[in-house]
Amino acid sequence: MSSRSPRSVKEVVARGIARRYLAERAFRAVGLMALLIGLGFLAFFFYTLVGNGYTALEQTRIELTVNLDAAIIDPDGARAPETLRSADYQRIAREALDALFPEVTSRADLRALYSLLSPGAGLELQQLVVNEPAVIGETRTMWVLADDDVDVLVKGHASRDVPESDRRIDDRQLGWLTALETQGKVDLKFNRYFFTRGDSRDPELAGIWGATVGSFFMLLVTLALSFPLGVATAIYLEEFAPRNRWTDLIEVNINNLAAVPSIVFGLLGLALFINLFGLPRSAPLVGGLVLSLMTLPVIIIASRAALMAVPPSIREAALAVGASKMQMVLHHVLPLAMPGMLTGTIIGMARALGESAPLLMIGMVAFIVDVPDSPLSSATALPVQVFLWADSPERAFVERTSAAIVVLLLFLLVMNATAILLRKRFERRY
Amino acid sequence: MASSTLLLVVVGLALLAYYFGRQRAVAVALTAPPRSVHSLPGYHGGYVALWCALPALSLLVLWQVFEPAWLRGSVLDSLPATMQALPDDQLGLVYNDIRNLVAGNAAMSTSGPEIAAAAERYTTLRNTSRRIATAAVLVLGIVVLVWAYRRVRPALRARNGVERAIELLLIAASCVAILTTIGIFLSVFVEALRFFQQVSLFDFLFGLSWSPQTAIREDQVGASGAFGAVPLFTGTLLISGLAMLVAVPVGLMSAIYLSEYASRRFRAYAKPLLEILAGIPTVVYGYFAALTVAPLLRGFGDSMGLDVASESALGAGLVMGIMIIPFVSSLSDDVITAVPQALRDGSYGLGATRSETIRNVVFPAALPGIVGAVLLAVSRAIGETMIVVMAAGLAANLTANPLEAVTTVTVQIVMLLTGDQEFDSPKTLAAFALGLVLFLVTLVLNIVALRVVRRYREQYE
Repeated sequence: MSSRSPRSVKEVVARGIARRYLAERAFRAVGLMALLIGLGFLAFFFYTLVGNGYTALEQTRIELTVNLDAAIIDPDGARAPETLRSADYQRIAREALDALFPEVTSRADLRALYSLLSPGAGLELQQLVVNEPAVIGETRTMWVLADDDVDVLVKGHASRDVPESDRRIDDRQLGWLTALETQGKVDLKFNRYFFTRGDSRDPELAGIWGATVGSFFMLLVTLALSFPLGVATAIYLEEFAPRNRWTDLIEVNINNLAAVPSIVFGLLGLALFINLFGLPRSAPLVGGLVLSLMTLPVIIIASRAALMAVPPSIREAALAVGASKMQMVLHHVLPLAMPGMLTGTIIGMARALGESAPLLMIGMVAFIVDVPDSPLSSATALPVQVFLWADSPERAFVERTSAAIVVLLLFLLVMNATAILLRKRFERRY
Repeated sequence: MASSTLLLVVVGLALLAYYFGRQRAVAVALTAPPRSVHSLPGYHGGYVALWCALPALSLLVLWQVFEPAWLRGSVLDSLPATMQALPDDQLGLVYNDIRNLVAGNAAMSTSGPEIAAAAERYTTLRNTSRRIATAAVLVLGIVVLVWAYRRVRPALRARNGVERAIELLLIAASCVAILTTIGIFLSVFVEALRFFQQVSLFDFLFGLSWSPQTAIREDQVGASGAFGAVPLFTGTLLISGLAMLVAVPVGLMSAIYLSEYASRRFRAYAKPLLEILAGIPTVVYGYFAALTVAPLLRGFGDSMGLDVASESALGAGLVMGIMIIPFVSSLSDDVITAVPQALRDGSYGLGATRSETIRNVVFPAALPGIVGAVLLAVSRAIGETMIVVMAAGLAANLTANPLEAVTTVTVQIVMLLTGDQEFDSPKTLAAFALGLVLFLVTLVLNIVALRVVRRYREQYE
């Protein structure tokens, strides 16, 4: 028995070794595959977003020779700002388009022709005249804004070859558009409205600036509340609190709050801030309040970790030269822990910036055209703007949604990169 | 003075108090015998400033809280008796009219003479109240300032006073977390109670039909609506289950590969890349699920001869699973790395291959922690909102078929609370009942998961 057993064990091992190595390789391959699935999705994700979104940087415009007729803009010649503002500029743009197609005369045809132009064409002319009244009476060659249906067609997002009933642009309009294109009067120009305007029902006039400012105000409120509160809580729990039931309760509480679904915070905001305190709906102030309650646990947990990383020798040295406990914490420990706290705060802010579910509860989904000018005016936020546009039926909103997402992701990237740099720059090894 | 100006004045007064307190401390210290001054001059300044600001600010806050109620009471008392007899909600409208008139939002001509008189009375009362408040706050601030100023002596333990105040501030800050939890629970619970006064708890928890939209008019057939939440619970479980089917194997295997096989350099790049998935806002996943994944699945289903709904549970579940992958993988990575190297070395010493070691030694040792991670991930999936709002169905559907559209608890909360709402209808209150269920379920999951993870961590430390 004792003489046979080593050989047989060796045999058993030798017989199984090929199978076991195969299993080993298979297991390893499965692990790699799982990782690649995750990373592959990430790549696919960015590929589709950027692929869908980059066309939103450009907007179709039509070159027109516009006659800024004084008889239409300012019939009495007084150049009163009110008259200048309220004149019918769309008519001027229409007449310019009309001049290119003298053969179009019937009412229905004219209406079809005019619908190639965006309502924004008149707005642009209005701006030009209001800023510079001297141009009245001149004839100018301008690139005016085209309608979103034209834009979708020119960018190739909608096919020209499908039957007329499946197109938003009918055969007549397509004919005019082709005629304009052969004359080189249709071109893609940089879409500056996307970065400078608020929301709009017309995709060619819709922009993310309003939502960006709303998000900015919200983050401002969130930062102003959650950073001091979070740091103060962390200092108390880490440096001063006695170990007892009460502090245990606070700890458990904070850990739980970090995992409460965000929509529940929205319910709290609705019931408490709006219904009970009577704060205005859709205001960045309320959004900021709700988000700061959500961000608080993140900042507290990060700040406690930062405080914990400060070695006891620093504390003991401060106490040894006669500092009081408060002086020791505020003058020595806190400055050393500050980079870690700031890193945690930035990460918390980045999460708050991407959050949208609680904002739906407190009425920030409203359609708001104006760019907000204070934390109390109605506003929406970047992720909510994405949500709103994703629901819009117009094809032209698809590229804008993707572009808005890319902008949102860029903001998040910048914030997270700052956090990482901060950590790298100030990381100390004791 | 308006309260914001008054606040600025009080802050200014406190700064002044700091300056005076510090000056006096310096002056006192110069004449006092050496080393007889207890605190640094700055602390004396802070001491005087705190004494000056805190009572004044408390008074200001009290006034802010009680002024509106007092104003309302006195203005409504002055109204003619016929108007006072109005029911409460109409009286509230009248009061709003009065305030709009004062604010200049309504024209004087459109409202009656009673309202105009009341508006005038409101203005006088408010002005008087503001004048009194300003005077009281300033007098209090200055009196206490002078009192504290005169207390500045070498023996005054100013530092201890200031430090005590700071510590109280810290304690107050740490109570905000508790207050938030209480606030969440109370606000959701109170509204949910009002819901259960109208719909029985039993019907809500075990009813099979959910159609809150029927409760539009009181005289309509089925005006009470149907509030059986079982289809929502099953829908939530179906989508979360699908998400876990994606997230647990992929996340766990990624974690194992990263912690046991990957080279240091590969890990340094792959781990942060995978964690980017966790940083992407959920609304982006929702958009992706609705616009890219759902059509893909539908096309795929058509080619297989299957009928896939365009808002299928499968699409939402898949994308939610991808969102949760980094969550599972980084938590599991932590627990796997925490398994002591000695266990692995022992296993290698017995001749086991790496995968055998992982499956038979590391995985069982890490299992409690992994279970905790999965529980946390489940609570994440149940509470996830934007993906399902954008990619899952809106109508309640009691089915276990992942190719059909189902709705979830979070979708219904959003549906019920966006758009027009009246605050007493069971339709709106139902959202809070659902929120209460969501809160309690995730709370239990979190507590259990955190306990499991913590106990496991202590085991090897």
